[in-house]
Amino acid sequence: MKFSARKAAILGVLSSAMALGACAKKAPEELPPPPVSIPTSTPSTGPTGPVGPTVGTQGHFEQAVGSSTTIFFDTDRFNIDSTDAAALQTQAQYFAQFPQVNFTIEGHTDERGTREYNVALGERRANSAKNYLVSIGVSPDRIRTVSYGKERPVALASNAAAWAQNRRAASVIISR
Amino acid sequence: MRILLTISALVALGAAPALHAQDEGSPLPDEATSTAQADDQSGVGTETVVGSLEGDDLEIAIAAFAPERDVATPANADGTRALGVELARVITANLRNNGLFRPTGPDTLPRPDFGEIRAPSWGVWTSRDSEMLVQGYVQARSDGQLVVGCYLFDVALKEELIREGYVVTPSDWRRAAHKCSDLIYARLTGESPFFDSRIAYIAETGPKDNRVKRLAVMDSDGANHRFLTLGSATALTPRYSPDYSKIMYLSYVDGNPRIYVYDIDSGKQTLVTENTNPTLAPRWAPNGNSILYSMAVAGNTDIYRVSVNGGRATRLTDTPGIDIGGSYSPDGRQIVFESDRSGTQQCYVMNADGSNQRRISFFGGRCATPEWSPRGDQIAFTRIAGDFNIAVMTPSGGSIRVLTNGWQDEAPTWAPNGRIIQFFRTTRNSGRSSLWQVDLTGRNERRLPTPVDASDPAWGPIRP
Repeated sequence: MKFSARKAAILGVLSSAMALGACAKKAPEELPPPPVSIPTSTPSTGPTGPVGPTVGTQGHFEQAVGSSTTIFFDTDRFNIDSTDAAALQTQAQYFAQFPQVNFTIEGHTDERGTREYNVALGERRANSAKNYLVSIGVSPDRIRTVSYGKERPVALASNAAAWAQNRRAASVIISR
Repeated sequence: MRILLTISALVALGAAPALHAQDEGSPLPDEATSTAQADDQSGVGTETVVGSLEGDDLEIAIAAFAPERDVATPANADGTRALGVELARVITANLRNNGLFRPTGPDTLPRPDFGEIRAPSWGVWTSRDSEMLVQGYVQARSDGQLVVGCYLFDVALKEELIREGYVVTPSDWRRAAHKCSDLIYARLTGESPFFDSRIAYIAETGPKDNRVKRLAVMDSDGANHRFLTLGSATALTPRYSPDYSKIMYLSYVDGNPRIYVYDIDSGKQTLVTENTNPTLAPRWAPNGNSILYSMAVAGNTDIYRVSVNGGRATRLTDTPGIDIGGSYSPDGRQIVFESDRSGTQQCYVMNADGSNQRRISFFGGRCATPEWSPRGDQIAFTRIAGDFNIAVMTPSGGSIRVLTNGWQDEAPTWAPNGRIIQFFRTTRNSGRSSLWQVDLTGRNERRLPTPVDASDPAWGPIRP
């Protein structure tokens, strides 16, 4: 089962990604990334104006791509489906706009697997996300991967909804 | 029942080396704790005993060990007489916790004098229920060492069955009790001993989304407990080397999951591989000369073997997918491991050189974390079929028996004699984890007392 609530929000923004079709596992590489609104790094000039997150922080990345920082997987799977592809395309556009930013993809699993296998599975998921980003133009030199297996859940219940949220690959900006 | 010759040799037991700890090389403050109280109620009060005793459990009385003279000893603040009581209490707890005996401890028994140890006062014992009697003595030698004598008698036959003596440093007095327990267990069951052994595991604290996971070690009965790492880096899946000189485990100390070899004497840690790929699932060869590890390269995980002294690693699997774990048969010729090359986690056996890989699990669920029994005749594994349970099967995958019924029981590890399996159990929702053990028949399931939550038990062999 997919955790779909957050994905619905993603798809609302990325309407062009919907055109890929529900069955598409990978977006054709020649397709341009969907248009998204990326905040610029221009700092506020007014003395009393709000100062937003700066480039090179996770906050800036999250503000720019929303829930697209993270993609989700089916049980025991590591493939990039069309929803994942749309989120990664959003990420790729951000990374194209801010070439100075490097990042880590953290691979995770749900708790319903044995510990060692889950470390290997999380590694596979992180690499799936990385490979997709590289295939659409992000330099592999900017991407680090790490698997936490089932050791770092974000949803703490033991039910299908929580497990779906935990089967994920999350992109995290490497702060300098 | 196996016939054993009576042994009267004095076995010298070396002092346990001091343990040092490090996360990122920092020394561990002295926070070693001893959790198992050596009294009659110890262990039992904090455990959940699920299994039922069999009707033919042997009644055995363990009397307080008599001091030659009651003198001061570093092993007990109250002297050698009090130490003798403690020795008998440790033996009583050991024998109670495996379901084969009905032991009666020293606190409700007459206390024989030193002169009675070799020649029991039969009249005192024949009037009681016990079929077997354990007596012993403690002697503080002038060189500072302790001598502990251990005697087993058949009360009905009024006969000595076996005896042994041990020379120990006072800090190691518990080893004498474990050796004596092993002597009694082996003589009365015909099985190999297992009490004089240690367990490495992962101590867990903190909330489910921020668990602190530390490397920890303890004796087989939970005593002499120590945390070896501080917890600043997540530690997982420890394995004692066969000679207890090293522990291999996975640590995130550099931010990535990687296997380290931790030398207990020096406190030095070395990486198993010099490259930057993630490594996991460390395993020792039975002779301790080589190790198995799994390494992920671009998301694909395979099993490798390398000499414990380093050098070039040999890749043993090459299928796309996750090949991990690896547990040697006791003769070192074969390896059982897990692979999802078929689409789901299943157990496979290969020759030690990687040849002749063949799937052995076909029961409809998933097969994970296989561990070859020290006796060679069984493989324990995590059986995933809805819930996670501990099960055993033959090395060809037959005769599967499910031994536990928790919601999530995983990662079996064998007692040195192959008769008992420990594993860890995770509680639904809370994520709390604890160590449990069950015998090969599925009986006598009990929780092991640990100071905090615990996972990934790894039972070492009989101590050298």
